[in-house]
Amino acid sequence: MIEMNIKKNLQSPDGTMTLNLNEVFDKGEFIALYGPSGAGKTSTLQLLAGLMKPDEGFIKVNGNYWHNDSKTLPLQERNVAYMFQDYALFPNMTVRENIQFASKPNGTPSLANDLIKQMQLNELADKRPTSLSGGQKQRVALARAMAQEPDILLLDEPLSALDTSTRLALQNHIAEFHHSLELTTIMISHDISEIVKLADRVLKLDNGNSIGSGNPVDVFMQKELSGKFKFTGEVINIQQQGFLYIVTVLIQNNPIKVIAQKTEVEELVIGEKVVVASKAFNPIIYKLNK
Amino acid sequence: MDWQPLILTFQLAFVTTLLLFIIAIPISHWLCFTKSKAKPFIETIISMPLVLPPTVLGFYFLIAFSPGNAFGSWLDSTFGLTLVFSFSGLVLASMIYSLPFMVHPILSGLSNLPDSLSNASYLMGHGKWRTLSKVLLPNIRTSLLSGIILSFAHTIGEFGVVLMIGGNIPGKTKVASIAIYDEVESMNYAAANRYSLILFVIAFIILLSVYVLNRKTKNSGLL
Repeated sequence: MIEMNIKKNLQSPDGTMTLNLNEVFDKGEFIALYGPSGAGKTSTLQLLAGLMKPDEGFIKVNGNYWHNDSKTLPLQERNVAYMFQDYALFPNMTVRENIQFASKPNGTPSLANDLIKQMQLNELADKRPTSLSGGQKQRVALARAMAQEPDILLLDEPLSALDTSTRLALQNHIAEFHHSLELTTIMISHDISEIVKLADRVLKLDNGNSIGSGNPVDVFMQKELSGKFKFTGEVINIQQQGFLYIVTVLIQNNPIKVIAQKTEVEELVIGEKVVVASKAFNPIIYKLNK
Repeated sequence: MDWQPLILTFQLAFVTTLLLFIIAIPISHWLCFTKSKAKPFIETIISMPLVLPPTVLGFYFLIAFSPGNAFGSWLDSTFGLTLVFSFSGLVLASMIYSLPFMVHPILSGLSNLPDSLSNASYLMGHGKWRTLSKVLLPNIRTSLLSGIILSFAHTIGEFGVVLMIGGNIPGKTKVASIAIYDEVESMNYAAANRYSLILFVIAFIILLSVYVLNRKTKNSGLL
């Protein structure tokens, strides 16, 4: 169990901001941090990893103080795996060496090889990170994080800038590791569908404060809907055609056109997250790849 | 032709570069990661040889190391070290004189590496030394090589500091740059030309190799 009760002054583009967190994360929980940039999400992960020190307060993990007024536990002793936004793969080492470097001296000996197999990195094992694509780097970064056999996994927007199929595959890997290794995972994500898929709980941050927490579906879909199916997406275009409006919503990577009335459109802004739901008819299922 | 001054020059450059390399890595590492308020002062002191006339440095070394003064006589009585007009004095003076040429490339190499590399290594449980030797230094090989080549070349090219503290003792402190001056003074232009030409060609080759190296690393996309 992670208990965080801290204050930290941060420099943001709009001046100084105070990150003020009082949260408890249960062991084995998958938490998503959600909020606009500059809300304090990355700082939260950094405070937990020890890359940043709180100005006030304490961090307590499984009953032990990682930070309080009198001491700060060194990074090396936290057993936290951190997947950085830039992957932080070591350019001088091959994929295999990167993964081995993360392995514990007294850890499972075959783990590095197992991970290489599991993440389908066999053919890349002797390559250096500079020659890999973004998706391949992500796979290496995740395998390396797992090689550490951590208790806590911190993910800083791990899947941004990946195409949909790679993203889905990696989401499955993350979910798998989270469950099989009984990790406590904290992930920053801007992608609501990703959060709904992976997280047990979402913590919404804004301007350094928690502004809501709970089951992702409840938090994001405050309006009561009893839709037969619903997807979250982003409004990318609103077009008037006669009396009606055509709203284009980007769901995953597919733009979907939805007809809307003037009263509905008035509330919408381009770039906003919306739910597309339907309940009046039965959907028809087509098999893909016949 | 007397090869002694050239041999001495390369001995001095080699020893100076080796020792500088050893001390510049911890200095650069400290400067890169410290949040100490003393940092600008230390940086200034390291960079002073870039702007000061070498004679100023030489003059103060001469005063400080002279057995007639407190520090010099302490060195002499405690370690039996006489640094004026000796090879070890030349090495020490050259190290200080060439320090910025070693520290600056290494520091800039370390500063250009993303923080996430060292942080990732620390979070894997590795200590500072292992992180430095396995992660940081191997990724700034070009900077290390630049530092080594530039310090070596700069030591070959020094004159003022060497003359002030080392004088002109054949086989001991008479390096090539001093030999040239010496030959010109005694109107022996042919000998001066031979030394000069050799130094010219060597300096050219050394600098050329730095630029070729930089170009290659840029093209290959390696750090």
